[in-house]
Amino acid sequence: MARGRRRKFHVSKLYSFACVRPKFEEDHSQLGGPGFSRVVSANDPEDAINLSYGSNYVSTTKYTLATFIPKSLFEQFRRVANIYFLISGCLSFTPLAPYTAWSAVFPLIVVIGATMAKEAVEDWRRSQQDTEVNNRKVKVHQGDGNFDYTEWKKLRVGNIVKVDKDEFFPADLILLSSSYENAICYVETMNLDGETNLKLKQSLEATSIFQSDSSFKDFKAIIRCEDPNASLYSFVGSMEHDDKQYPLSPQQLLLRDSKLRNTDYVYGAVIFTGHDTKVMQNATSPPSKRSKIERKMDKIIYLLLSALVLISAVGSIFFGIATHDDLEDGKMKRWYLRPDQSKIYFDPNRAPAAAVLHFLTAMILYGYFIPISLYVSIEIVKVLQAIFINQDIQMYHEESDKPAHARTSNLNEELGQVDTILSDKTGTLTCNSMEFIKCSIAGTAYGHGVTEVERAMTRTKGTPLINELDDEDHEENHVDAKSAIKGFNFEDRRIMNQNWVNEPHADAIQKFFRLLAICHTCIPEADKDSGKISYEAESPDEAAFVIAARELGFEFYQRTQTSISLHELDPMSGRTVERSYRLLNILEFSSSRKRMSVIVQDEEGKLLLLSKGADSVMFERLAKNGREFEEKTKEHLNEYADAGLRTLVLAYRELDEEEYMTFNKKFMAAKNLVSADRDEKIEEAADMIERDLILLGATAVEDKLQVGVPECIDKLAQAGIKIWVLTGDKMETAINIGFSCSLLRQGMNQIIITLETPEIIGLVKSGNKDAIAKASKDSVIHQIREGRKLISSSSAESFALIIDGKSLTYALEDGVKDMFLQLAIGCASVICCRSSPIQKALVTRLVKTGTRKVTLAIGDGANDVGMLQEADIGVGISGAEGMQAVMSSDVAIAQFRFLERLLLVHGHWCYRRISSMICYFFYKNITFGLTLFLFEAYASFSGQPAYNDWFMSFYNVFFTSLPVIALGVFDQDVSARFCLKFPMLYQEGVQNVLFSWTRLLSWMFNGILNAIAILFFCTSAFQHQAFRKGGEVVGFEVLGATMYTCVVWVVNCQMALSVSYFTLIQHIFIWGGVALWYLFLLVYGAIIPTISTTAFMVFVEALAPAPSYWIVTLFVVLATLIPYFAFAAIQMRFFPMYHNMVQWIRLEGRADDPEYCQVVRQRSVRPTTVGVSARLDKVSQLITRKVHHAVHSL
Amino acid sequence: MMNNSGASAAGSSSGSGEGQAPRRNSKRPKYSRFTQQELPACKPILTPRWVISVFTLVGIIFVPIGLVSLMASRDVVEIVDRYDSACVPPNMTDDKVAYAQNAAIDKTCTRILKVPKDMDQPIYVYYQLDNFYQNHRRYVKSRNDEQLMSAKKANDSSGCDPEATTGNGTIVPCGLIAWSLFNDTYSFIHGNKNITVNKHNISWKSDRDHKFGKDVYPKNFQNGALIGGAKLDPKKSLSEQEDLIVWMRTAALPTFRKLYGRIEVDLKANDTITVTLKNNYNTYSFNGKKKLVLSTTSWLGGKNDFLGIAYLTVGGLCFFLATAFTVVYLVKPRKLGDPSYLSWNRNPQGH
Repeated sequence: MARGRRRKFHVSKLYSFACVRPKFEEDHSQLGGPGFSRVVSANDPEDAINLSYGSNYVSTTKYTLATFIPKSLFEQFRRVANIYFLISGCLSFTPLAPYTAWSAVFPLIVVIGATMAKEAVEDWRRSQQDTEVNNRKVKVHQGDGNFDYTEWKKLRVGNIVKVDKDEFFPADLILLSSSYENAICYVETMNLDGETNLKLKQSLEATSIFQSDSSFKDFKAIIRCEDPNASLYSFVGSMEHDDKQYPLSPQQLLLRDSKLRNTDYVYGAVIFTGHDTKVMQNATSPPSKRSKIERKMDKIIYLLLSALVLISAVGSIFFGIATHDDLEDGKMKRWYLRPDQSKIYFDPNRAPAAAVLHFLTAMILYGYFIPISLYVSIEIVKVLQAIFINQDIQMYHEESDKPAHARTSNLNEELGQVDTILSDKTGTLTCNSMEFIKCSIAGTAYGHGVTEVERAMTRTKGTPLINELDDEDHEENHVDAKSAIKGFNFEDRRIMNQNWVNEPHADAIQKFFRLLAICHTCIPEADKDSGKISYEAESPDEAAFVIAARELGFEFYQRTQTSISLHELDPMSGRTVERSYRLLNILEFSSSRKRMSVIVQDEEGKLLLLSKGADSVMFERLAKNGREFEEKTKEHLNEYADAGLRTLVLAYRELDEEEYMTFNKKFMAAKNLVSADRDEKIEEAADMIERDLILLGATAVEDKLQVGVPECIDKLAQAGIKIWVLTGDKMETAINIGFSCSLLRQGMNQIIITLETPEIIGLVKSGNKDAIAKASKDSVIHQIREGRKLISSSSAESFALIIDGKSLTYALEDGVKDMFLQLAIGCASVICCRSSPIQKALVTRLVKTGTRKVTLAIGDGANDVGMLQEADIGVGISGAEGMQAVMSSDVAIAQFRFLERLLLVHGHWCYRRISSMICYFFYKNITFGLTLFLFEAYASFSGQPAYNDWFMSFYNVFFTSLPVIALGVFDQDVSARFCLKFPMLYQEGVQNVLFSWTRLLSWMFNGILNAIAILFFCTSAFQHQAFRKGGEVVGFEVLGATMYTCVVWVVNCQMALSVSYFTLIQHIFIWGGVALWYLFLLVYGAIIPTISTTAFMVFVEALAPAPSYWIVTLFVVLATLIPYFAFAAIQMRFFPMYHNMVQWIRLEGRADDPEYCQVVRQRSVRPTTVGVSARLDKVSQLITRKVHHAVHSL
Repeated sequence: MMNNSGASAAGSSSGSGEGQAPRRNSKRPKYSRFTQQELPACKPILTPRWVISVFTLVGIIFVPIGLVSLMASRDVVEIVDRYDSACVPPNMTDDKVAYAQNAAIDKTCTRILKVPKDMDQPIYVYYQLDNFYQNHRRYVKSRNDEQLMSAKKANDSSGCDPEATTGNGTIVPCGLIAWSLFNDTYSFIHGNKNITVNKHNISWKSDRDHKFGKDVYPKNFQNGALIGGAKLDPKKSLSEQEDLIVWMRTAALPTFRKLYGRIEVDLKANDTITVTLKNNYNTYSFNGKKKLVLSTTSWLGGKNDFLGIAYLTVGGLCFFLATAFTVVYLVKPRKLGDPSYLSWNRNPQGH
């Protein structure tokens, strides 16, 4: 069922044109019960019950002034690393501390402070918004018929408010009356669901007379309704007015944050305020997702923590032994330490205890292993990366004025690791603009238009030339396909321009288009100047039908509560006449019904049921005498599906009075039910009447592919990303779309799993449910087995898997799903058709958990929400289909084709940046932390740090932090152009080569080497001899400062070596970090010695004038970096990674040499790849083989 | 989900409502090279040329520096004399600790040093201690900087335990470092002339001026139950007690030298110097060695060949690597960017 997929979630609708005023019936049993307990005395805000409900004050902030500190601190200390730092910070106030307490606590304060400041700023912004909203003014009834402006936040339940045109509703209101006579009003719900079309609301007749301020003077009513809930489209309630009860439905409910349009004013009674409103109830935070890299990072932190414990333990054992030996039989060994008069920390008599305490000291001291600023740096970097994504002008969509929007920044690097894309079809691959293109009426097919798919198919079937590779010819299709009228691309002389009158089945044609003009829920809007009529439709295909009817002479121009009026041609007189149909009932569309009907009475008083729906449900509802054209129509339907069109079957029947009365009674009863099974009852009633239909024909609507989709899919396929299409469409349509966007190609083996086999169909007729289920399951398992056999038997061929929704139900069952997954992984493309939203989510979960690879789901509609939230990354298309998908997505883009840039450029960069950044972070902290540990070996593991306290504190915060952030924000291995030119680069992320354990550990190993080198070189160069001409020897402070200088230089130069994109910013940060160190040394050294202790004047007096200091620094820095440099040179030359090779290509200027690039790119095309270029490769292979063959046979 | 609806509504309403109006607040991102990540940048690649030139350059810089450093180190003349065991009387070699701790024994000892090469003044006199952990945490912390600096804080002895107070009051200077002050003394006779050892300005100037107060005098020093090292002249202010100042700058490593003084006469090769020393300081408890060192200095400091040799080694290694890379590049020129080296092309199944 094509046309209604978007409405699956909009069930039960705002449009119920209940034409006969329902009478209240006494089965509102649920009201007053649990879940339906709200009682509102309208116009009596001082009523005790009303007062018990909350005010209209809304707060969306995470924190309040009072809770900010404890709550945000709690958030912070949920991270293991931060807890560790907190504990060590606390311990540093005890004598255990190896250095002064403040220098230990300072970095923690900076880091936590920075994160908290970020939280505070975000929350402050939210609170600003809240204040703005809370202080908006609305007219409220003050008693005595006076309305006056009051702030939104002061609104109470029970207030009567007057809302003017283009104002927002301040709370959930019950519509009482409007400026219109019939008390209707138009509402725009863009903030709720993103739909820009207007919705019609209408109040109860009973209250529609209160049309002036003064009439509310004595107005009294009691409203009983459901409790606050999040369902936007349902509402159950009743109103007691003048001792009469009236049922309330969503039709009377005006939701907060929607807007009054085209109506001068409305009066409404407040029933839900503040956080009770439906929109606020909906405001739940989406599930928070963490990237794989971050999860791995946690593991590394644990690894480092255990390394920390290990070296602390080693140190403590040595310390314990040394301490124990200090006192032997009362004789002091190291007497200068006075072991005889020691506190517990150094007491030889209690050496084990001293060792245990020393362990704590060591844990604090070696804490530099754990990069304290890692989390905060990553957060900063990710926010900046997200800004870059948002700012990318090439992902900005001009027509819809929408730039890309990274809604969460914690998944940036995950974008560079996507293995499987699960894509919705409609609105995602296609642009969800429907064009009426063909129809079949009374067994005759009309319409000559050529569809995109047909075009693509001819292109594929013909012999493509190699130069087609450059994708220009795809573009023109989108240009020339512009039709004069949006939504209408129909071309057939036989029935256009009123020629239909002469056709053999003219009456069927008339009924056909009349049905299209009547059976819908559109609202006409006449342009004041031109008189031309446009339509506000709920879905584009619905609009396409009405437009088609208009173009063929059945112009729907007016809708009232009870009627639909058309301008139509009278075949007898040949003149255009106005016809009005009395609208009796609308049997709404739902995903389970897959059809919609209206019941109207024409001017002659004939009762007509007009129905349109999916072929699967419609054919079985036909009357015996209504099947005249069944065969022909079915044939046409298959043709249309082949052409990638969405089809609907149209049918009607005439009702007699009596039958209608019975139906209406039952239907109204069901409608007025205020209970959970209401929808079922309504369906039951509708089912009763929608039978014995007479077939008219079928429509075919083309769902156009979005611009650039085939090219984008091609690029993604070249990048080695697998693409699965999950669609609600029927199999034929899905396969055809697959062809047109190159997911399928000729010569691909299609493995089709379906339950449309004769045996199953036979069983279905017999109706034994258990037997059906069992047979179906067996059949699916059998088909999956066959498929797997097929795949394992040949390795050179590529396969496509197509599975329908029913089979999917069984394939996703527990015992079967792994088998299914194995089959699916073996296939180059997978298409799941007829899948429901829940199945989409389940498939996503299956892929995610089954392959343990990163999955990305992309979709635009409400039915994709589950899939988007389930996938590792959810990408929402902010297109025409409302905002639900965007609201639950992680990244929002305007067009599918932007996915290419999002993944291949931004994803790749972010992945690379974050992984390099983390590797480097660990490297720099290990380098630093390990020098501390190694120095302990010279200080009998007593826990004396080699450096001055504040040197250590500032290491992570000032001297080395900014270059890493710059790396994380700006680094690029290759430019965007090359990322796109060589999509295979993306595999670096998918295979995670830049953040593999090997790479991580080798960075750590590099850190260990560097630390050893620095310590060894420094201590050997500065042994005990004088280090300057004046004969002064190297003291504790000189060695510490020198080593520290070396560390700062080494880690910053290492950074300079690993950066591949050296902008001015990098230069400033890297060399600035080093310069800052010298500056700090100067300033800090000038402070009085009680504060600066060992750093006092150390640079000015001791280090700077000593040539040996500079010579040692130079030597240590270069000698330490040479191994890495040599390694990098060798790797670059002999074991290049893909990005290295692209860098070579750029350097050699061969990027514009097409042949050469082809050679490099060719490597990425595997036999299983899909996409345009793969298709062409296949063809050219075939040609060469044929040529080869021909040569041989000669 | 929709928590920011209020504000966004205000923004979007103007956009959607009056669609035809010129888009004043278009959401089109502004173009700048910064936001589009197209900043001019240097994109360094390790090309063979670069690699070889870097190695060569490092070699060219390192070898001369190495040579100069090595020469400087070789120019320095150094006399090292270990005297801790030699100065113990033969009858007490079994119990050196008892010898050291017995104040009644005269600790005078005479050593004859031979000058190997000409030594130009100033000649620096050092004592060298081995296996002495001046960098032990307990030791390093056992001092009170404020007390050392100003007379007002004379009673402040926090952190100095167990050498903070005696029965008579606060110890100045307090703490283990001061308490364990080195107390061997040396006097030199050259031929038959006494050589004066200049003990002025052997400490850092900043220490004398800012860390040790001119008005702070030793008090209660070394009169506790256990005498550590040297005593101080109570009439001299701390800023003049240069031996103490030198000692209080703790050493980084367990083997260290401390400046004892300067000899300001030239010594000729093969001169003999008679050193009369008082072997007071107890290093026997912890098996420490004591050495007397006479050394000249160069512009680079004292005698240590490490730096020169290291520079030469690394410089040589760089030349070697440069040659090796040149040879390899010439012998095995690889077609650059050949994708067959990619891991995932080598084994298509394995990932």
